[in-house]
Amino acid sequence: MGFLEELRALFPPGRLLTKEAELAPYESDALTAYRKRPLAVVLPERKEEVVEAVRLCYRHGVPFVARGSGTSLSGGSLPVEGGLVLALNRMNRILRLDPKARIAVVEPGVVNLEVSRRAAPFGLYYAPDPSSQPISTLGGNVAFNSGGAHCLKYGMTANHVLALEVVTPKGEVVHLGGPSLEGVGPDLHGFFVGTEGLLGVALEITLRLLPKPEAYHTLLAAYGSLEAAGNAVSQVIQSGLLPGAMEIMDRLSIEAAEAAVKAGYPQVEALLIVELEGPKEEVEEEAKLLAQVIGESGATEVRIAQSEAERQAIWKGRKAAFSAVGRLSPDYLVQDGVVPRSRLGEALREIGRLSQAYGLRVANVFHAGDGNLHPLVLYDGKKLGELERAEELAGEILKLCVRLGGSLTGEHGIGVEKKGYMPEMFAPEDLLAMERVKEALDPKGLANRGKVLPGYGQSPHQGGLKTDLGELYA
Amino acid sequence: MPEIFPSSLEEVREAVRTHPRLRPKGGGSKPALSSPQEGETLLNLSGLRGILEYAPEEFVFTAYAGTPLKELEETLRAHGQYLPFHPPLVEQGATLGGTVAAGLSGPMRERFGGLRDFILGVRFVDGEGRVVRGGGKVVKNAAGFPFHRLMVGSLGAFGVMVELSFKVFPYPRATRTLRVGLAHTAEALAVLQDLRTLPLDLLALDLVPPATLEIRLGGFPESLEKRVQRLQSLLQREGEVLREDEAHWEGVRNLAFLEGSPIWVKVPSRLDLIPHLESLPLGPRRYLAGGDLLYAGLEPHGLKALRDGGIPHLVLRGAQEVLFPSPPEAFFAPIKRALDPKGRFPLG
Repeated sequence: MGFLEELRALFPPGRLLTKEAELAPYESDALTAYRKRPLAVVLPERKEEVVEAVRLCYRHGVPFVARGSGTSLSGGSLPVEGGLVLALNRMNRILRLDPKARIAVVEPGVVNLEVSRRAAPFGLYYAPDPSSQPISTLGGNVAFNSGGAHCLKYGMTANHVLALEVVTPKGEVVHLGGPSLEGVGPDLHGFFVGTEGLLGVALEITLRLLPKPEAYHTLLAAYGSLEAAGNAVSQVIQSGLLPGAMEIMDRLSIEAAEAAVKAGYPQVEALLIVELEGPKEEVEEEAKLLAQVIGESGATEVRIAQSEAERQAIWKGRKAAFSAVGRLSPDYLVQDGVVPRSRLGEALREIGRLSQAYGLRVANVFHAGDGNLHPLVLYDGKKLGELERAEELAGEILKLCVRLGGSLTGEHGIGVEKKGYMPEMFAPEDLLAMERVKEALDPKGLANRGKVLPGYGQSPHQGGLKTDLGELYA
Repeated sequence: MPEIFPSSLEEVREAVRTHPRLRPKGGGSKPALSSPQEGETLLNLSGLRGILEYAPEEFVFTAYAGTPLKELEETLRAHGQYLPFHPPLVEQGATLGGTVAAGLSGPMRERFGGLRDFILGVRFVDGEGRVVRGGGKVVKNAAGFPFHRLMVGSLGAFGVMVELSFKVFPYPRATRTLRVGLAHTAEALAVLQDLRTLPLDLLALDLVPPATLEIRLGGFPESLEKRVQRLQSLLQREGEVLREDEAHWEGVRNLAFLEGSPIWVKVPSRLDLIPHLESLPLGPRRYLAGGDLLYAGLEPHGLKALRDGGIPHLVLRGAQEVLFPSPPEAFFAPIKRALDPKGRFPLG
């Protein structure tokens, strides 16, 4: 039997898509500049179906890409031309939520925010909060080690995944990790998180839940320059405080957010949001120290949320910033490079200079506490050469981040978009080690082929992988 | 037993290329993991020590793997910072690399997480003598395969760690400990269960069998009194308040309660597993992190009971078979093959 015939035996007609019109929605993810036509899309409802589909792919040597809601900003769930897409959104059951054990066991298609919603009656929540959390799925969060606004204090997805059931690219089912916060033996589930689907597909995910903080103290401070806001962040850190979140927005983002959701932000050069959280007595003391630090930081205006409604209002503008900036421009690229916190000022000055040099506007919204920048490069795809110029500018920003001692990506992942920049951050031996691990677990190069690793071509046997890389890096 | 003392990255590479089987050793505080077996050459990493980069305002440092934790913590403490996963066996000479290889955390992991939550990057020499870097030196990073996380608990299976980068946090300005005795284990477990789900931001939450809870709080001195009182009224017990609690917790994290036991083990635990664990012939012991982490001292029959009961554990001293169960073959073996094809390093 051919591949498609065998697929038909596994999936009923409504859950196997092969017609052009049916495939179209799966041709790209949130990085819409890239499109690829898959051979077929399947919609599994149970993990056994995923396993069977992966085994079928292995037997026939067909590349596959697992995807959830397709919110990847790095093209991480871009299909492989002629390959299979495993769309996992129907595997959206929370299999177990055990408040006593503080864990949730979920299928990969469960939406991030849904876990916190279901845990809320028990006073618990799931900490990682990527901006996409009302839509993005945990399978995707696991693949990309998603972050959010609270990573300095709480870490990323990898820190909140306790166990995984995974189907390897060869179709073997393995259980990694366990229900305890502690384990013995190599942290294989920790290693799987962030490998962007290159080493298999997560079938079940065990998450740790945290008690929801008792009290919040949310402060909004206005500054005359981005640098002054950046310096304020350093002063907060030097004071020994550990806020749950610190966010900065520049003038362009503030204006956009204001136009979109009327958050009531002052129209200034830079806004800093600082949020403290914890037991109420502790937050009270921390707030006093924060007031003193911000008072000495040259803020031109300070607002403190006096109610949950005011707190939500402060966050509303920040959370809407991306889509709001989108309204300022026909198209934009989002980068998410990281710099050491103390180099933020330097990075922002250089981004400003690059923006002028390329004649393209760049809006800055970023997680200042963890040095994770989110420059939005605005362009008009209908103007000849503007996309290319925007990509070049975005690339310059990535190189800048690496040069300053940071990373290409804080949370969006490498995907297809940034794999060409991997040699900027990693030495050939580092990348070859990744290639070797990939090859050992996925000898046919089927799982999310063409992502992350710059040496990986569309065919694993094209001229021999190692030879290609050897020459590339010679 | 042959033993070599590399003092540079280059010498580690040389050692790996010239010796067919190697057993890395840091401070030797976990002899079950660092004692060479038949045919192994001991790779003593105590010469690769020292902090390479430390920017307190970044909450990040990079140090050689052979750096003793004691040395490291002194430097951090001078800047009001600490390793929030609270590594054990510091007094006994534990090194950063050995702690990663064993995957060990201590009582204060309850507050912000364990070792796996603070490791940011690694530079290691793989089984072919190649230098590989994973992760980075910033607190947030999603680029490339996270080899640094693979090192946690690896027992050195994939390579010799040379440099490690970690996230650190400010040390609490003040601490207090509340010790509460309950009537019996079941009651202690019920209280433990309640405390785990409340937003109390506890630094440590330990169960000392049969029925004592030790609860540590950290924060501003002005708030601590109120928080201790709130805890007392929540528990409806006065308990015993330790205002000077540092020495006590140093003893706990150095596993002083295991002294005298021939076999030391780490057991990943859970609240619902504790009644079963308590029915086994275990020696002196303490459940850390709200019941999720057990360190126990055993006699040989206690170890046998763990193994017969299929309970995962890691032996730190006193037995040859250290890891139970073995890592899942279908995922572990290919990674091992990719990084250590000739099987120079421990495990597999």
